[in-house]
Amino acid sequence: MTQVTLKLFRYNPETDTKPHYDTFTLKAEPTDRVLDLLEIVKGHQDGSVSFRRSCAHGVCGSDAMRINGQNMLACKVLVQDLGTNKITIEPILGLPILKDLIVDMDPFFNNYKSVMPYFVNDDSAPAQERIQSVEERERFDDTTKCILCGACTTSCPSFWANDEYVGPAAIVSAHRFIFDSRDKGAAERLQILNDQFGVYRCRTIFNCTVACPRDIQITQAIGEVKKAIATGNLD
Amino acid sequence: MKKHQFEVVVVGAGGAGLMAGLYASKSASTAVISKLYPARSHTGAAQGGIGAALGNLEEDRPEWHTYDTVKGSDYLGDQDAIEFMCKEAPEIVYELEHMGLPFSRTKDGKIAQRPFGGHTNNETGKPVMRACYAADRTGHMILQTLYQQSIKNNVTFYDEFQMMDIIRTEEGVAGVVALEIATGELHVFHAKSIIFATGGWGRVWEITSNAYAYTGDGVAVALRRGIPAQDMEFFQFHPTGIYKMGILITEGVRGEGGILLNGKGERFMEKEGNAPHVKELASRDVVSRAMYLEMKQGNGINGKRYLYLDVTPETVNKYAALDGRTRPDGTPYKVTGEEILGKLPDIIDFCETYLGVNPVTDPMPVQPTAHYGMGGIPTDKFGQVVIDKKRNPLPGMFAVGENACVSVHGSNRLGTNSLLDLVVFGKHSGIKAAEYAKAADYIPLPENPTEFVEKQLEALRNSEGDERVSTIGTEMKEVMFEHVGVFRVEEGMAEAVEKIRELKKRFKNIKLDDKGSKFNMDLLNAWELSNLLDIAEVTAVSALKRKESRGAHARDDYPERDDKKWMKHTLAWLDEDGIKLDYKDVIYTRFEPKKRVY
Repeated sequence: MTQVTLKLFRYNPETDTKPHYDTFTLKAEPTDRVLDLLEIVKGHQDGSVSFRRSCAHGVCGSDAMRINGQNMLACKVLVQDLGTNKITIEPILGLPILKDLIVDMDPFFNNYKSVMPYFVNDDSAPAQERIQSVEERERFDDTTKCILCGACTTSCPSFWANDEYVGPAAIVSAHRFIFDSRDKGAAERLQILNDQFGVYRCRTIFNCTVACPRDIQITQAIGEVKKAIATGNLD
Repeated sequence: MKKHQFEVVVVGAGGAGLMAGLYASKSASTAVISKLYPARSHTGAAQGGIGAALGNLEEDRPEWHTYDTVKGSDYLGDQDAIEFMCKEAPEIVYELEHMGLPFSRTKDGKIAQRPFGGHTNNETGKPVMRACYAADRTGHMILQTLYQQSIKNNVTFYDEFQMMDIIRTEEGVAGVVALEIATGELHVFHAKSIIFATGGWGRVWEITSNAYAYTGDGVAVALRRGIPAQDMEFFQFHPTGIYKMGILITEGVRGEGGILLNGKGERFMEKEGNAPHVKELASRDVVSRAMYLEMKQGNGINGKRYLYLDVTPETVNKYAALDGRTRPDGTPYKVTGEEILGKLPDIIDFCETYLGVNPVTDPMPVQPTAHYGMGGIPTDKFGQVVIDKKRNPLPGMFAVGENACVSVHGSNRLGTNSLLDLVVFGKHSGIKAAEYAKAADYIPLPENPTEFVEKQLEALRNSEGDERVSTIGTEMKEVMFEHVGVFRVEEGMAEAVEKIRELKKRFKNIKLDDKGSKFNMDLLNAWELSNLLDIAEVTAVSALKRKESRGAHARDDYPERDDKKWMKHTLAWLDEDGIKLDYKDVIYTRFEPKKRVY
């Protein structure tokens, strides 16, 4: 067990005019998740600390936070990974803060919905599965992993500067369908992203790729979409 | 208080709720309300596959799937519903593929399939490749695909709305009450049909694979409104959770050739009395019990409470050769580290993140983890809730997915059948709920539809005791894991019942720190604990009364299955004086109960 100092961003819209920080000290195992620390604080020190969480192992996307300045899932980073016992936790940037670590995700989801993030193929379906080769399936494998946690988009300076930019997560979702050999909606999606708030706001800063808890090569995916727009082909 | 009116209201936005919402909204005005954002639901944590006898790699038949499921259920499943589900399976998997679900592929470009526990070729008795998969993230793909289709079809969502009550009057069900988490405001959803798809309650136990959100809200709310809970004593412990954390390691690992080893390096599943034929690919109850006994005999790794799950190529290939396992083309089964990485990327990621262990080179420390509720709100095979031993329906009320008990899983669920259950019964309950709504009138709302919820919330808010919610929760999880877990005995279960009752009393003496309205997670977590406590009590009482061993309910003091006395479903009602139990017949059509051997 080791002693950990947790400095938490606090904002209660019902009582506070501006945010502040509260500091908690607690005993933790080096292998504890940061989420475990938040649970200990909430359970035993201050039940009003508010944050989202659900699966606790990095697949539901609820608990993206800024931990010591970097976007991470609180359930996917261990105390020992941080290299320090002083941990500062703040909400992800660029979205309205609603309470403590909880932000308004609606703008994020609205951007996501704007890129046709769904399968399009109006041809009559065969009686069994549509055939897709192992290679064709592999082509878009990386971007199927997205859990919509928002860690990428809220680490992007272009998104901070202008939240009309659809952001990396939305482009990743579009990529997943654009490069799916069974899908017929690529042209329309590329047109949506060929916009001043589409792919060209990406300045290849790579923050998104670093932030992604699913290790998706986001900047590369955005680059592939840019190339498809420029060349008009998907090879 | 805000009021809304929809013909159909779906509660929960996991696989079952989304599927129900997609189908109901084709013909009826429909709202899907969920306490989480849609893509956050626990369906997304399912890994290994969805069962369907497609026969893409070797011969398979829906009838075999039916028999395997009946056998897996230890003959407590209702056979008409099981047959229905397994027959529907191929069509619904193709339907998911047509919605764009990115399944992994065979060399021929078809949906890839892998072996899973309890799924066999009924003629040879050998494991069959029936689990249709997308790497080890099949649930994630199902959840994403159904959410994507919901966006495409303009399904109406109320995100982060906590359902807290069914509006049930003398005339029937009239809708639900939900709390808008962002504001604390109560909303009344006036509806003709209600579909509960609220998921499970694994958070009753200390070590669990389940999400924090899995607090049994649907079952608890139904219990408070006079609807029984069925077969709650049957809760599945998945054999392979990450040691101490409980995080799921898919059975797909064993499907790909992974081996369970004890501290002496023995492959204990092949011992007589365990599963000498299918070994690691026996049903989950069988494997969890074998593991528990190994650890009890001091055969854990370094004498501790865990064992190894080994999927390193050396181990896989060694035992595949000993078993004479072959590929579909007849060549010997051999894997490389690269193939393991390609087929189980998330498992490898979890192990590296949480354990610092790379499963391609080192074995994984595992222990059984509370995973899945076979019981739940009793329904017929269209998801229609039936509320007594004669299976009389509660018109307009539907339940589907883990919070429902159709019962297709009986006393033990086969892996891959939960995802199948979600989509098959999600679809049919959506269709039926819309049909019902089209023919029915709205039942008038009572004068004060939110009264019951307000009372509960006031009691929580105004309680000024000295108990902390988290302490009560921890004590509940410990006693349930200790005494109502993989193995059970009379005294232990009686102690658990007593302890839960004591905790329920102490719960009346809690004190919350957060007195606000907006995002009051302190308040909601306390309410969720009240659900878990009710469910723990129902589970422990139902278990205590069942004096036999069947499926996931294994008793040291009654080690045999007793079909004469106990081939029946438990029904439990919660009332002022405690829990009332009754029993109803199992529907069986063509499979006579036999001794279960793997």
